[in-house]
Amino acid sequence: MTAVENPVVALDPEEARRLRNARLERIGRWLLPLIIMALAIFLWDRICVWNGIPQYILPRPGVVLKTLVNDAGLLFGSLLVTLKITFLGLALAVIGGVGLAVLFTQSKWVEMSFFPFAVVLQVTPIVAIFPLINIYVDNQTAKLLLCAWIVAFFPILSNTTLGLNSVDRNLLDLFRLNGATRWQELWHLRLPAAMPYFLGGLKIAGGLSLIGAVVAEFVAGASGQSSGLASRIIEAGYRLNAPRLFAALILISLTGIVIFLVLSLVSHLALRRWHESALKQER
Amino acid sequence: MSDGAPLLVMNNVGKTFSNGVTALDGVNLTIREGDFVSLLGPSGCGKSTALRLIAGLSMPTTGRLEWRKAVGDDCVGFVFQEPTLLPWASVFDNVWLPLRLRGVSRKEAAPVVGELLERVHLSGFENAVPRELSGGMKMRVSIARGLVTKPRVLLMDEPFAALDEITRFKLNNDLLELWQDERFTVVFVTHSVFESVFLSNRIVVMAARPGRVHDEIAIDAAYPRDDSFRTSPDYAALCRQASDVLVEAINSTRGAAA
Ligand SMILES: Nc1ncnc2c1ncn2[C@@H]1O[C@H](COP(=O)(O)OP(=O)(O)OP(=O)(O)O)[C@@H](O)[C@H]1O
Ligand SMILES: [Mg+2]
Repeated sequence: MTAVENPVVALDPEEARRLRNARLERIGRWLLPLIIMALAIFLWDRICVWNGIPQYILPRPGVVLKTLVNDAGLLFGSLLVTLKITFLGLALAVIGGVGLAVLFTQSKWVEMSFFPFAVVLQVTPIVAIFPLINIYVDNQTAKLLLCAWIVAFFPILSNTTLGLNSVDRNLLDLFRLNGATRWQELWHLRLPAAMPYFLGGLKIAGGLSLIGAVVAEFVAGASGQSSGLASRIIEAGYRLNAPRLFAALILISLTGIVIFLVLSLVSHLALRRWHESALKQER
Repeated sequence: MSDGAPLLVMNNVGKTFSNGVTALDGVNLTIREGDFVSLLGPSGCGKSTALRLIAGLSMPTTGRLEWRKAVGDDCVGFVFQEPTLLPWASVFDNVWLPLRLRGVSRKEAAPVVGELLERVHLSGFENAVPRELSGGMKMRVSIARGLVTKPRVLLMDEPFAALDEITRFKLNNDLLELWQDERFTVVFVTHSVFESVFLSNRIVVMAARPGRVHDEIAIDAAYPRDDSFRTSPDYAALCRQASDVLVEAINSTRGAAA
């Protein structure tokens, strides 16, 4: 890599400019958002001071940070609860989504029969379904899990189905010519070919699962048995404890970002050897 | 040259697709053991359709396709126009694939795969993935994969059409060498007169709408053929002859359409 960045040959002005721009762009991609973020936080702080805004309406960033540290035990405990729901929901979504997708590719008839119902489940807002779930499911964890699952499984199902079906026709012929069984075709051809699609769906599903977990807890929050981040937010809202509210909010956002970054990394590592999408990122 | 016993006889074979297109009509063709037959014809004359029928990937609508020797599905290799490799799998795994699907373990396959890769000049690239290879190298992998089951018949559908001329010449030479050593039978689809004359002992010229056999040309030049054959007067004369027949076939199509 360094060999490419530090060419030995003399470059003409145009190429040199392009190289410089590319380098600046690479740095800017990280630096600019950080600078804007720092500016925004600074402005937030100044606005609080200049206008003398009371803490229970808009706490200063420093106060939020302090709360994050002081209430760490409570907040991270809650984060753990939310994370558990998120990851379990995501895992179930992967199992359910991929499983259904595989079933769909085994028979066009199954796909035709059941895909519309998956769409119905997807387009109905989860908050509208929740009261029903509340009636039928007793266990609090199971309720939240079901919500996270419903929200997260569709992108995995639809992406994986698309991937399993978008296999090169000639490769399918090749497998047929060599007398491949259905299982061999699935294992050696369709599943690897669907990998980029599946990973794309997984990236979306990771974020959605977190949203599902939090939203479900919000809706369920009235019953007051839960202890995830959402209930911390509701609680803080009742008590006009804005610093803790902000702290919990920041934790949720950070969690979402980390999930996205980790899944992006997983996807990149899995595909970098052969798939175009990973090659472009690598440059 | 075509002195082998008949291996495959196509008797009045026709193929009409469900959309009403008649891709082949009344095709009579005998392929003998050890033949290197080229199917030569304009685009759309049903060459690929014929090859797919022979491979058993598709059923004839009319007529019969008769194997005279028990050549199971096992003994037919197919090479597509595109390399058609598994992009996530290494060169070794791609060549191993047909054996793997037959339950041959990696270890058992290693000597066969290794030898074939050497024959197509790809030793040392076992662990490369397709995107790290040039177009010609990918095609070599594809050929190696077609041969790994030691097929009696190798079916090739315009395998070199997408390659530059120099690479194509080289692969032609390599293919002929392989064919002479292993004595399998080749059915080779192409629309290049020069390629078909260089490679085959028999050219089947096809005409379109509906696809049919227009004529057959025997290429009696002796094997082995190498680059000196390419520049010989014999080769030039044969190319002219084949080219004339091809023009005739194309004109007969125009006549039919008018
Ligand atoms: N699966 C199919 N369904 C319907 N029509 C088809 C199908 N496959 C081929 N055809 C038609 O059959 C005719 C012959 O097609 P084929 O692919 O065999 O031609 P070809 O000689 O291989 O042409 P090319 O040199 O361009 O590859 C064409 O008119 C094509 O449109
Ligand atoms: Mg074709």
